[in-house]
Amino acid sequence: MRAAMTVLPTRHDEAWRYSDIDALARAWPLPAPESIIVPAGGTFARTIIQDSGTIHQLDIAIGKGATAAIHVLNIGGDYGRVELNVTLQEGADFKLGAVQIGGGAQTLEVITTVTHAEPGATSSQIVRSVLAGTATGTYLGKVAVARDAQQTDSVQSVKAMLLDRSATANAKPELEIYADDVKCAHGCAIGELDAMGLFYLQARGITPADAKKLMLQAFVAGVFEGAADEEALTEAALAKLGDLV
Amino acid sequence: MIQINNLHANVGDKPILKGLTLSLNAGEIHAIMGPNGAGKSTLGYVLSGRPGYEVTEGSVTFNGQDLLALEPHERAAAGLFLGFQYPVEIPGVSNVQFLREALNAQRKYRGEAPLTGGEFLKVAREQANALGMDMEMLKRPVNVGFSGGEKKRNEMVQMGIIDPALAILDETDSGLDIDALRSVGDGINRIMRKPDKAVLLITHYQRLLDYVKPDFVHVLADGRITRTGGAELALELERDGYKELAA
Repeated sequence: MRAAMTVLPTRHDEAWRYSDIDALARAWPLPAPESIIVPAGGTFARTIIQDSGTIHQLDIAIGKGATAAIHVLNIGGDYGRVELNVTLQEGADFKLGAVQIGGGAQTLEVITTVTHAEPGATSSQIVRSVLAGTATGTYLGKVAVARDAQQTDSVQSVKAMLLDRSATANAKPELEIYADDVKCAHGCAIGELDAMGLFYLQARGITPADAKKLMLQAFVAGVFEGAADEEALTEAALAKLGDLV
Repeated sequence: MIQINNLHANVGDKPILKGLTLSLNAGEIHAIMGPNGAGKSTLGYVLSGRPGYEVTEGSVTFNGQDLLALEPHERAAAGLFLGFQYPVEIPGVSNVQFLREALNAQRKYRGEAPLTGGEFLKVAREQANALGMDMEMLKRPVNVGFSGGEKKRNEMVQMGIIDPALAILDETDSGLDIDALRSVGDGINRIMRKPDKAVLLITHYQRLLDYVKPDFVHVLADGRITRTGGAELALELERDGYKELAA
């Protein structure tokens, strides 16, 4: 459980290193993070659509054998940030599927700290970023495994696609493991759309913009799987992709 | 249908096509044969507008239009189809979605009404059946996990659905076993052997030409057509090799 922050962070603070500090100052002071407690055996699901330049901070404590699933679409405003601080008790499960799509000079970030405090918990974070113009997209994902949190199983998949050479993607997976019997898989890739794939689509009659959109749609596909409002999320993501290409 | 006149093209800084002249009329099937590195695939890419393939001289007229002034998707909508030597894998995009978007984009460009999902599936099923391709494969991501032969078959299914006026088929026969070769050959004949269509077959080998009999065979060497003949020229090439004829 975190108290509200009292001092405006600077770029020296690791969790705010790539942030838009000016935009943050305008939103300052931030309210205390929303606190969510999922009782033992319970389930929790939340969809966060950040489309207006806001900062979301959630603390989520997941009780024994409980599950929580968060889906994030981070697309709006000059500066949008979704920050999750998650603690898992024994046998709990946490899933995050996040897509951020930015153009212009947008700064978008998703920050997660997932703490496996007790044995046998599972977590997965899937994050896809699409960035155009001079936009900056950041994912900082820390997984901490406590000393006796054996049989932890954690997966992280982080990919970013740059549509322009002037866009920036930051990705920082971070593992802090004190137990010795754990599985922590993480993969991270930053790339550009495959030029040959784009040509192939165009050679069959698809316009350049639609070809890009089709490939980006494939890039973010699956992230919202299981979300109650999967269709609405996908539609909003596609609309934003359509604006960028 | 298409007139290629004194075409010069570079890939990067390297001249590949050096004054290629070739005309195809409606109703004709032409084969281009030639040694590795002669510029055969470059010709296909230049005609379909692949970025990085730069025309430095010459002209191409396609059904009265300046082909080189069109973008790749506009060339497709104008009726040009390139069968890729190495069909590209596109993870996450299903064949069905890809082809429906492609066909409807072309129809839109030509001012025609789009096909509904049902209408499209009917056409797709007909073409897949004719090529001996399982409909399940059409639902899978484009070319992902397909064998070499399946990719080439998929190119032919695409050609059948899109129904182009001119098909440039770049080594569609490579990587095919005998049965697949026959089925692809039958596909080319069924879809393209028509009075209002033309085909340019780019190939290394005579064997596809046993199934798709060309009206003309050209030898492409060092960026130019060095010899033109009838179907018998392919047999001659198979027997004597390119060296003598290319000279």
